[in-house]
Amino acid sequence: MKVLMKGNEALGEAAIRAGCRHFFGYPITPQTELAAYMSKRMPKIGGTYLQAESEIAAVNMVLGASAAGVRAMTSSSSPGISLKSEGISYMAGSDLPALIINVQRGGPGLGGIQPSQADYWQATKATGHGDFQVLVFAPSTVQEMVDLVSGAFDAADRWRMPAMILADGMLGQMMEPVELPEEGGHTSIDKPWAASGHGGKREHNIINSLYLTPDKLEDLVVERYKRYEQVQAAEQRAEEYLCGDADVIIVAYGASSRVARSAVNKAREKGWKVGLLRPITLWPFPTDALKKAAGQAKAFLTVEMSMGQMVDDVKLAIDCRVPVHFFGRTGGMIPTPGEVLAEVEKLL
Amino acid sequence: MPVTVICGHYGCGKTNLALNLALEAAGVGPVTLVDLDIVNPYFRSSDYRALLKNKGVRLIAPVFAGTTLDTPTLPPEIQSIFAPEAGRVIIDSGGDDAGATALGGLSHGLNEAGYELIYVINRYRALSQSPQECAELLREIERAARLRATGIVNNSHLGVETELWHVLEALDFAKASAELTGLPLLYSTVPDFALDGTEPPKGFKAVGRLVKFAWE
Repeated sequence: MKVLMKGNEALGEAAIRAGCRHFFGYPITPQTELAAYMSKRMPKIGGTYLQAESEIAAVNMVLGASAAGVRAMTSSSSPGISLKSEGISYMAGSDLPALIINVQRGGPGLGGIQPSQADYWQATKATGHGDFQVLVFAPSTVQEMVDLVSGAFDAADRWRMPAMILADGMLGQMMEPVELPEEGGHTSIDKPWAASGHGGKREHNIINSLYLTPDKLEDLVVERYKRYEQVQAAEQRAEEYLCGDADVIIVAYGASSRVARSAVNKAREKGWKVGLLRPITLWPFPTDALKKAAGQAKAFLTVEMSMGQMVDDVKLAIDCRVPVHFFGRTGGMIPTPGEVLAEVEKLL
Repeated sequence: MPVTVICGHYGCGKTNLALNLALEAAGVGPVTLVDLDIVNPYFRSSDYRALLKNKGVRLIAPVFAGTTLDTPTLPPEIQSIFAPEAGRVIIDSGGDDAGATALGGLSHGLNEAGYELIYVINRYRALSQSPQECAELLREIERAARLRATGIVNNSHLGVETELWHVLEALDFAKASAELTGLPLLYSTVPDFALDGTEPPKGFKAVGRLVKFAWE
């Protein structure tokens, strides 16, 4: 049976159903319901909910739990994710899987508490210091929040790297009907690398991100980048909506893709050939889908709740074969379908 | 006229009900709608300031509502709800016991003036889907609000996916919740779009879907 859930709660329940029993967090608007939900649910199922003394402590608890081989997660909103960046880098450098959820709000600084997508660069290019990437998933409905959480845990385990769900305040706060997966139906993989006790039967495992010998560190980073190439080939995901005959293709993810979809529907009513290409993974970026779409489109329009952080990725994906335009609002403002439609009209 | 207070689990549809009641009453006489949610900055009656003003409903909102100032405080004009010129007063409280805490500060005045406290329930809302969960949450809300609920409104729905059978099927849950809490079931709601132009069934009240998403 479908139930009505708030995005933040759905993320929490989906994580539990994906086998996560270790949540470490710290409250911040507009993500707090996720931590509150976990604080109610985890004790009932023998899991651990811990409100840490800070975001930094929470992410390092995730690092420790993940090193012991369990599915662990933390969640926050933009300023809190900046604090977690050190721990995320350490996890990447230790080849540890984990799930980090960012329910974005306006920035920079303390910014605001209304929805935003201005952490795109942070998520896809600079989640912390050093040469590394994290998997980034961008849900656009509460149901997709549920679906992507288990996929993100699986991918993180498979590739031994942190994964992030990049949501925003609107998705976190809105209520939608969802179908939850069966409990206990999640996949799990062996983690022979985990520091979970050797019982005197094997060499002990060491989880570490400190390598003082440069050639050894280079080897490790190069190996990681070979893995990233495989990730880019295997994990790209995007949804195409009415792109087949489209002259103008809107590229938008998350909450702004909901606005864009409304704009596309309105455009089609007017007989305008407009489509939507919605990246579901932001890293790896769905280059293949964009390349294909660039075959027939005359122009692209990226729509974001930021100053245009995804524009360059779209240009690179299509080798600048057609012009890429931008429309966005920022600071907690959400573009309206009417505003997007007006931008589309300029390109027809 | 007693003050109408609306409380319940967050996300059960309190604000949508409060807006419907306020707009309905606006046709009869002066109406004051109080947005008493000082917990959650999203999806609240203050977001509908323009609609309310347009229909002649006076809105009293926390000082921070609609701004990004993160210091939730109640405005001094909240005391004016007890003056006769306030007309019909509807208080849209925050969700759960945390949201109902702000009611506690008004409990003395409400007890003196007289109030009806509507407990809103929704069969499809996760974590308050059983009569037991509803009864437990009600106890927490009453403790925080320092007030007693006087009736239940069954607001069972599944957002935009609501169909008439969802609403009808939730009636047993609503009756069981009323029995368990010892409160009367005042009425059930049905979203007008689920009625397809037909009359609401007996005991049901048609409500408009006023709380919407930004892209609708």
